[in-house]
Amino acid sequence: MLMRTDPMTAHTPEATSEKVRPAVQLDGVTKRFGDSMALHEAWLKIRPSEFMTLLGPSGCGKTTLLNLVAGFLEADNGEIFIDGDLVTETPAHMREIGIVFQNYALFPHMSVAKNIAYGLKTRGVDKKEIARRVDEALALVKLSGFADRKPRQLSGGQQQRVALARALVIRPKVLLLDEPFSALDKNLRGSMQVELKQIQRELGVTTIFVTHDQGEALSMSDRIAVMSAGRIRQIAAPDDIYRRPADRFVASFVGDANILNGRLVEKRGDVAVVSVGDISAEVPVAPIAALSIGDAVDVFVRPEHLSVTARGASGSLPGTVTTQVFQGGHVDLYIDASGSARERILLRSPGIAALSSCPVGAEIGLIIGSDDIVAFPPGEAA
Amino acid sequence: MKRSPATIALRWSGRIIVAAILLFVLLPGVVVAISAFNDRAILQFPPQSWSLRWFYRAFSYSDFAKGFWNGLTVTVWASSIAVVVGSAFAFAIHRYKFALRDFLEGILLSPLIIPHYTVGLGILILASQTGIGRGFPLVIFAHVVMVLPFVMRSTYISLENLDTRLELAASSLGATPLRILFTVTIPLLIPGLLSGWLFAAILSFNEFTATLFVSSQATQTLPVAMYNYVREFADPTLAALSVIYIVVTATLLTIANSFLGLGKILNVDAH
Repeated sequence: MLMRTDPMTAHTPEATSEKVRPAVQLDGVTKRFGDSMALHEAWLKIRPSEFMTLLGPSGCGKTTLLNLVAGFLEADNGEIFIDGDLVTETPAHMREIGIVFQNYALFPHMSVAKNIAYGLKTRGVDKKEIARRVDEALALVKLSGFADRKPRQLSGGQQQRVALARALVIRPKVLLLDEPFSALDKNLRGSMQVELKQIQRELGVTTIFVTHDQGEALSMSDRIAVMSAGRIRQIAAPDDIYRRPADRFVASFVGDANILNGRLVEKRGDVAVVSVGDISAEVPVAPIAALSIGDAVDVFVRPEHLSVTARGASGSLPGTVTTQVFQGGHVDLYIDASGSARERILLRSPGIAALSSCPVGAEIGLIIGSDDIVAFPPGEAA
Repeated sequence: MKRSPATIALRWSGRIIVAAILLFVLLPGVVVAISAFNDRAILQFPPQSWSLRWFYRAFSYSDFAKGFWNGLTVTVWASSIAVVVGSAFAFAIHRYKFALRDFLEGILLSPLIIPHYTVGLGILILASQTGIGRGFPLVIFAHVVMVLPFVMRSTYISLENLDTRLELAASSLGATPLRILFTVTIPLLIPGLLSGWLFAAILSFNEFTATLFVSSQATQTLPVAMYNYVREFADPTLAALSVIYIVVTATLLTIANSFLGLGKILNVDAH
C-alpha cells in the first residue's frame, strides 16, 4: 500500500488527548504583488490527515496561499510550518509536497511510468523499488497497463489520475490540489471527486484543496477556509459554513441566500431576535453584536428554508409568485415580496407539488421553516 | 442584390494585383531555373537548345566545391555557437528581471538593423588593426553576430510557450533547479533550439555581403565563390547552382517542418 507512516496516529486517544501537532501551519503569512495585497495575515492550522479546502472567487488569494505552502512563492511576512518544521525559506524541492495542477502539468516528453517515477528518481530510490512503487501507484489510480503511454494519448480524467499518482508516490507530507476538477466535464468530475476523496481517506494524506466551486468544497472537505480579497473569512466544517456563515460574504458565496429586511428586536446571551414583517427569528448575536435594539439588519435565509403558506397566515410574509422553474427534484419559485426584501426571493420547494399549487401570479404567504437563520449589519448585496 | 459595376471592377482589379504579385515573387526563380538548362555558354531566356552540362560544371568546378565545404564549416560552427550563446541570453532575458535587461536585449537584436556590409567592414577594420588574420575564426565570428538575433528569438518564443507549471511540478517532486533544467526545460525546448539552429544555418550559408569583407581566398564560402565566378564567366553555371540550392533548401525545410512544426513556432509572436 501507499500508506504514509501510520496515518491512524492522529486518531488514537493519546494523540488526541495531547495537542495534535498541525500538519501545516501558517502564522500571519502575508504576500504582496507590487501594491496589491494577495494574502493578508493568514493564520491557519491544518490537522494531520485533514482535507482542508480553500474556497473563494478568483483573485481571493487561495492560489497564492497554496503556492506559498508549496514554496513556489516567498512570503513577505509570517511563518509557515510543515509537520512542525519551519519551512518559510525552504526551497520547493526540499519541502516534500505533492501537487496536482489544474492542467495536470504532466511531462509531455515522458511516459506515464516515467512521470510517476520522476519524484522517486530525484530521491535516489533504487530501480527495483521505483518499479514496484510505480506499479502500486498505477494500481491505486486504476491505470495499470497504461505505464508506457504518453500523456497526450490519455483522456483528461486519466491524465488527472497520473498527476495524482505522481504526487502521491513520493509519500508527500502534504498533498496540494489546485482546482484539479475544473478541466473535466461534469459527469467525470463527480466520479473523480468521489475517487479522490476515497484515496485521500485511505492514505490519510493531509490535503489542501483549492477551488472556487462551493459544491466541491461542501461535499469533499473536512473543513473549509472561505477566502475573499486576500483574507480568510471563516474556517469551519462544511455544515457550519453553510448553517452559520460568519459574515455576509460567506453567507452569499456559499450556497444561495435571500436577503430580507429585518430589525433587531432583542439581544439575550448568544442569540439575538430579529423580526422581518410579522416573523421573528433567533439568530447568532456575534455578527450584529455592535448594533442597537431597533436597528435595521439584513436577514439571510436559504431558499430551502422558506416555505409557502396561505396569504395572511399569522407569522408569514406576503408575496407573489413571478416565475416557476422546474428543476427535476425540486421547484424553484421566484417570489416578489417587495417591502420584505430588496430583490426577488428564491424559494426551493422539494418535490413537484409547487408546480400546481403555486402558479405564476399566485398570492401566497412565506414562512421561515428553520433555525439556521443569520443576520448581518445592512450593506450592499454581496 | 445586384452588384454595381464599380464593385465588380474593384473585385477583379484586386484579383489581378494579387496574381501579379505572386507572379513577380516566383519570376526570378523561374527564369533562373529555366536558364540553367541552356546548352549555350551564355545566360539567355528562354534558351534555344537544352543541356545538363552546366550542372556537371557546377559540381566539378573546384572553387565551388571548396566554397561549399568552407561554407558548411562556417555554418555549422556559427549556428552551433549562436544557439548556445543566443539561448543562454534568451533564457536570462525571459526568466530574470535585471538592470539593463532591455538594453541587453536591444544590443543582441541590433544586428537586425545594422547592415551586413557594416558588420563585415567593422570586423575587417578591427582584424587589420589588431593583426588577426582572415581565417575561419574571423568569418565564424561575423556569422555568429549576424544570426544571433534569429536564434534568440526562436528560443525566446519556445520559452514563452513552455508551461512553467511543468518546472514547478518537477521542483515539488524534489528536483533541484539544475536537474529541472536538464530533465524538463531543455528537452522541451529542443524543437525550438533545432529550428533556431536551422534558420541560423540557412542564413549563414547564404550570407554574402559581410563574408565578402572578412573571407580570403582560402576561406571563401560558396556565395563568395559564385560572385568571383560571375566576374569572369557569364555561362549558366550559376543558374544551375541556384536550382541545386533551391531544391536542397526546400527539401531540408520540408523535412524540418514535418519534424519540428516550424510553421507553428514561427506563427507565435514573442512580444
